[in-house]
Amino acid sequence: MSKPVVATASLAGCFGCHMSFLDIDERILTLIDLVEFNKSPIDDIKTFTKPVDIGIIEGGCCNSENVEVLREFRKHCQVLISLGECAIMGGLPAMRNAIPVRECLEEAYFHSPTIDPSEPKIMPGDEDLPIILDKVLPLHEIVKIDAFLPGCPPSADLIWKALTSLLEGKPLDLSYNLVKFD
Amino acid sequence: MPAEGSLASILARHRRDRTRLIDILREVQAKNGHISPEAAAEIAAGLGLSTVEVEGAATFYHFFSARPAGTYAVYLNDNIVSVMKGRAAVASAFEKAAGCRFGETTPDGRIGLYRTSCIGMNDQEPAALINGVVFTKLTPAKVKLIVEGMNAGMNVRAMIAATGDGANAAKLVRAMVKNNIRKEGPVILASFRSGAAVKKAVKITPEGVIAEVKKANLLGRGGAGFPTGLKWEFCRREKGENHYVVCNADEGEPGTFKDRVILTERPHLLFEGMTVAGYAVGARKGLLYLRGEYAYLAPYLESLLAGLRKKNLLGKRIAGKAGFSFDIEIKLGAGAYVCGEESALLQSAQGERGEPRDRPPFPVQSGFLFQPTTVNNVETLCAAARIIEKGADWFKAMGTPRSAGTKVLSVSGDCKKPGVYEVPFGLTVRRLLEMAGGPDAQAVQIGGPSGACISRGQLERAIAFEDLATGGSIIVIGPGRDLFEVIRNFMEFFVEESCGWCVPCRAGNPLLLRKLEKIMSGKGTPADIIEIESWGRIIKAMSRCGLGQTSPNPILTTIQNFREMYESKVERGRDFLPEFDLAEAVKEASAVTGQVFAASDTEQSHE
Repeated sequence: MSKPVVATASLAGCFGCHMSFLDIDERILTLIDLVEFNKSPIDDIKTFTKPVDIGIIEGGCCNSENVEVLREFRKHCQVLISLGECAIMGGLPAMRNAIPVRECLEEAYFHSPTIDPSEPKIMPGDEDLPIILDKVLPLHEIVKIDAFLPGCPPSADLIWKALTSLLEGKPLDLSYNLVKFD
Repeated sequence: MPAEGSLASILARHRRDRTRLIDILREVQAKNGHISPEAAAEIAAGLGLSTVEVEGAATFYHFFSARPAGTYAVYLNDNIVSVMKGRAAVASAFEKAAGCRFGETTPDGRIGLYRTSCIGMNDQEPAALINGVVFTKLTPAKVKLIVEGMNAGMNVRAMIAATGDGANAAKLVRAMVKNNIRKEGPVILASFRSGAAVKKAVKITPEGVIAEVKKANLLGRGGAGFPTGLKWEFCRREKGENHYVVCNADEGEPGTFKDRVILTERPHLLFEGMTVAGYAVGARKGLLYLRGEYAYLAPYLESLLAGLRKKNLLGKRIAGKAGFSFDIEIKLGAGAYVCGEESALLQSAQGERGEPRDRPPFPVQSGFLFQPTTVNNVETLCAAARIIEKGADWFKAMGTPRSAGTKVLSVSGDCKKPGVYEVPFGLTVRRLLEMAGGPDAQAVQIGGPSGACISRGQLERAIAFEDLATGGSIIVIGPGRDLFEVIRNFMEFFVEESCGWCVPCRAGNPLLLRKLEKIMSGKGTPADIIEIESWGRIIKAMSRCGLGQTSPNPILTTIQNFREMYESKVERGRDFLPEFDLAEAVKEASAVTGQVFAASDTEQSHE
């Protein structure tokens, strides 16, 4: 029997959830016995090559590319998981939601203290760049999400427990300690 | 001596008393039309507070503003009955005549237009407050005249065409408000002779008074139904430097206005109830916390209090009873629904933001100035006075075995005779609708937005603590109304009025409102209904005061009682339907960067 396939991505996040994932330490050896990774920054596979059992996404959606990647994940993954605060709520990036997009972009490219005033002011608009969304959105506002793992970041133990429960077909029974953050 | 009317003189008159902050802010707002950052800093320095504390309080209440609110500040009620009675046309008439939009002032700063939550005039909507003066039954034609008056610099009080009935016409009131008393009952709205209760009370012991109120089985009329006698007993037993009686006259539940009528027509009964309560719990001081919307009644009520002092029904040795001193002070709110919650009310009365406290300790243990305090509804205190006057047995003979006495109801909406009805507990909703002239209602909102919305199939249910408990707001929703619009109006109200302390209430209510709007726009799925129900349960369970504990009710009770309405609106057989539209979401940025959005393969395959 072939191993279950896992894919991961970081959208508008900081890769902190992925770092936390790697904090499972030596259990990663067990994990690669249990599953096969497909599209993921962990193995650097860029595109889906087969149907995936479990998709894990960190970060919310802040631009058009995030939305496209998320929809690709939904298409390929049987179970899709929102991992961490940004994926679930928008997180820190969503702090810009109260500010008009124009103001954000002008602050970043025209007015920020690191702009060299002697240089011409350029608003990046290359067609290859993703386009910024009017608001940073949590994943479940765009596609159906099957499970939510809270935390900033979710602890390695929480991610481990959730993954192994899913692999064993057990209900996600997360103890209070795993989802307690204060 | 500081100059008359200066900030320094206002502070001096309030003895630089920090607990009088709301009173001070009210005066500054009235005098300057706003509370500027400079004024806030000066008040803070004068009271020994930080500027943030003063600004925190000032920004909490609707009727305070940091920028000039306009020489004439118009606050138009936006509750659902105002909408039913033509608010939209009145609002656009204001905008057109004044030449500015709601939320703004005219360029010359003369007129400011604002929305506000229910101002307690549901039986005479659309209604507005202009510089605190009430205008009822507005029409576009009347609005035009009012704006002309404002542009001519007229005194707002002079713009009132005719005063209302009863004490609304009294010299110190002179309001166009109407009482609309449709049914006088024997407990609250029957005539009352001043002194009848107090003189009887002082002949028995305080314990005896409490025993009589307990025997009468008087339950709190604000809606929660806590036994009044027990509350008084707890308060009396508690040790403290002072005990206080606080009357909650902050009736902010949309659709209720019966306290306004009681305050206008039976204030002596209320004052007597407070005095009896003071005698019972051992208090020397009572506070009447009057909602800011009813400030127009304050001078009149003050004059009545002065009269009672002359008659020795307030002050020292009341009714000749040695050692019994009691007086009443009026405290004004400044527009905040949550201050109807007793612990928020106490915070506000102490000059703070009206944020609810953690309970326990309860107000009977730690209330006004953290002393033992009994907080009672206007109607409760009136009923208590009447019980002492006429006896518990007389009282208990009315109503049902579990809900003794009568209830004053505020009926409004789609009915021919909106107004105040004092009825015995146990009356069915059907009978009430017949009395009020709204028998064909498709739905009835009992107890305001925080209560329950019932369907025609439930009209035999009774107004009583054991069935439909209510603080008194009854909104009749006629056939042909879009019930979703009613629910949305109620949810917008809770989003606006949440004090923001508890995350489930602050963040959860906007989420519920958005979900509701998603369903209304035809993009809902059965999963959205399930999600609303589960979020609703979380908000109710995880909020610390009655606002969050009841705010999901408009949606939850309609899902329960009008499920088919929701089911006909959602798309069956789909478990997910996003509102998100990528092409729409990138428009703003495209306009800034010049990037052109092209729908990709995933976008097309998704649709």
